[in-house]
Amino acid sequence: MSTTAEKPASPNSGPPTSGVRTGTAHAPSANAGRKRKKSGRVRRLSRRDKIVLGIMVGLPTLIQLLFVWLPTLASIALSFTRWNGLDVTDIKSAGTENYEFISQNYPPFWPAMQHNVLWLAFLALIATPLGLLLAVLLDQKIRGSKIYQSIFFTPVMLSLALIGIIWQLFYNRDSGLLNFLLGTAGTPQAVDWFGDSNVNIWAAMIAATWRHAGYVMILYLAGLKGVDPALREAASIDGANAVQTFFRVVFPAMRPVNIVIVVITIIESLRAFDIVYVINRGTNGLELLSALVIQNLIGEGQVIGVGSALAVVLLVISLVPIVFYLIRTFGKEKEA
Amino acid sequence: MSTIARTLPVQTGRTGKTGKRHYGTHIFLIVMAAIWLIPLLWSLYTALRPKEDTDKYGYFSFGGSFGFENFVQAWNQGGFSKYFLNSILITVPTVLLTLLFASMMAFAVSRVSWKFNITLLIMFTAGNLLPPQVLAAPLFEMFKHVSLPYSVSDSGNLLNTYIAVIIVDTAFQIGFCTFVLSNYMKALPQDLTEAALVDGAGIWRQYWNIIMPLCRPALAALGTLQVIFIYNDFFWPLLFIQSGDRLPITTAINNLQGQFLSNYNLIAAGAMITLIPTMIIYLVLQRQFVAGLTLGASKG
Repeated sequence: MSTTAEKPASPNSGPPTSGVRTGTAHAPSANAGRKRKKSGRVRRLSRRDKIVLGIMVGLPTLIQLLFVWLPTLASIALSFTRWNGLDVTDIKSAGTENYEFISQNYPPFWPAMQHNVLWLAFLALIATPLGLLLAVLLDQKIRGSKIYQSIFFTPVMLSLALIGIIWQLFYNRDSGLLNFLLGTAGTPQAVDWFGDSNVNIWAAMIAATWRHAGYVMILYLAGLKGVDPALREAASIDGANAVQTFFRVVFPAMRPVNIVIVVITIIESLRAFDIVYVINRGTNGLELLSALVIQNLIGEGQVIGVGSALAVVLLVISLVPIVFYLIRTFGKEKEA
Repeated sequence: MSTIARTLPVQTGRTGKTGKRHYGTHIFLIVMAAIWLIPLLWSLYTALRPKEDTDKYGYFSFGGSFGFENFVQAWNQGGFSKYFLNSILITVPTVLLTLLFASMMAFAVSRVSWKFNITLLIMFTAGNLLPPQVLAAPLFEMFKHVSLPYSVSDSGNLLNTYIAVIIVDTAFQIGFCTFVLSNYMKALPQDLTEAALVDGAGIWRQYWNIIMPLCRPALAALGTLQVIFIYNDFFWPLLFIQSGDRLPITTAINNLQGQFLSNYNLIAAGAMITLIPTMIIYLVLQRQFVAGLTLGASKG
């Protein structure tokens, strides 16, 4: 790692005015560096500095490679194998068998795909716009705005697991408040909102919305603060009404936040695991890709190859928003 | 992301536009706020009532007494003290390690110019966005096949230890924190470290004595955010820790439902107890938390 750290010491750092290789950057050499690269400065690093820098970069990078990227690659590799997880020598090549199995002979797979898409659509079309609406309303000069913000924001602090339990108490067939409010409590028509496989995905998505909308709201409130007030004034001088001003001027001006929100919405819908796992471990109407991965890894019937194939499907889908986000975020910097 | 001050206070509106009455808006907001509070208040209400009263009058009633007996019973019967301790044992080291590693990395990529800094930053940011389930199987097997002496781990490997959870949580969170901190550090004037260089300060002193103190607002915001994130983490302990009594609280509440059978009063009390630390942080450090959330988002 220390070899990479030597790179910043650029070769043309001018005459060795300092004589010793202590990192004293003199004005001329610093200027030369600015000319070469916008943000970079030429500087001589002492051997000790290089070692320190090597450790500062090397340690986090090693952790990141070892515990995030190596396992990701290993998931891909394991998805083409058959393995019971016992001995490393038991790993047998399986070709694309696991993928054929999940797509053809694994009944929960397609429902899980559908549920993931549904979850994304629900967050994107209902939860996120709701959060945006709340942000826009609360960004006005309105009495009690802080209190409203605190209320909508509270669920963002809670874990999805806890949210599952709190909503379970609300949705319960016999003791939950919802059936009481609907007037069906204690009657045969009472719905078990988390138990009935026809409705539980909707009930779970509403519980997830409870958290997601507050998250989106807080991000957009910050985004709205960042919009130059002169833009709004210009728009109103031009005769635009509030709605036009928002959609034609303010919303496009929040582009950086919009990108983050798009990515968060997609990622959250792929990560929706905790809540369905708390409800019923992701079965009976609540199948999700992430839950299926875990069902194949935990418990007696360990099928690591199948679990990994499911994980790779999840990975491929999540790479779409990840790459989109990275291009948007780092694209400019790379050009610069 | 130029200043933290801009994103810190999420306050109401701009000047101007006064005198308008927002009746419709208020009605909408009041209805939404009520919907938002109902699940929480319902849990609290159920938790405060003894089971005998809810059995006698039904859950939808106002009769009977109110008190904290369920909280006491849930605390003792559920073993909350042990779960909270486990949460602390996982959260504190994870947050400290995450901030340490992320700040070192952020310093290197933002204050020293070298060939791979953008590449590394991309790798770190992307890693944080992956669904954790993608890495689950290999990590589980990796930890299972690392042999440890039985004096260190009773499983003989890294499974069922806090170390496993701490390492993976740290690895996962470093990406986000590095991204945020590197943006923050980039915004600090270059002259700061140049002056230090002239004085002969080495890399470590530039990092620890000059840049880090200036990053305090960002570190406080990220620290608060990370405490909540790690405290709320459900998945990694679920995967790595098999003994029920070693679980942190967020993962353990999943088992309480079975433990308390269908005593909803106790379940509700347990849920409310779990909520207390979060609420304390919320009340004391809300600004920090919000700043942490928006720090990552305000730079596109």
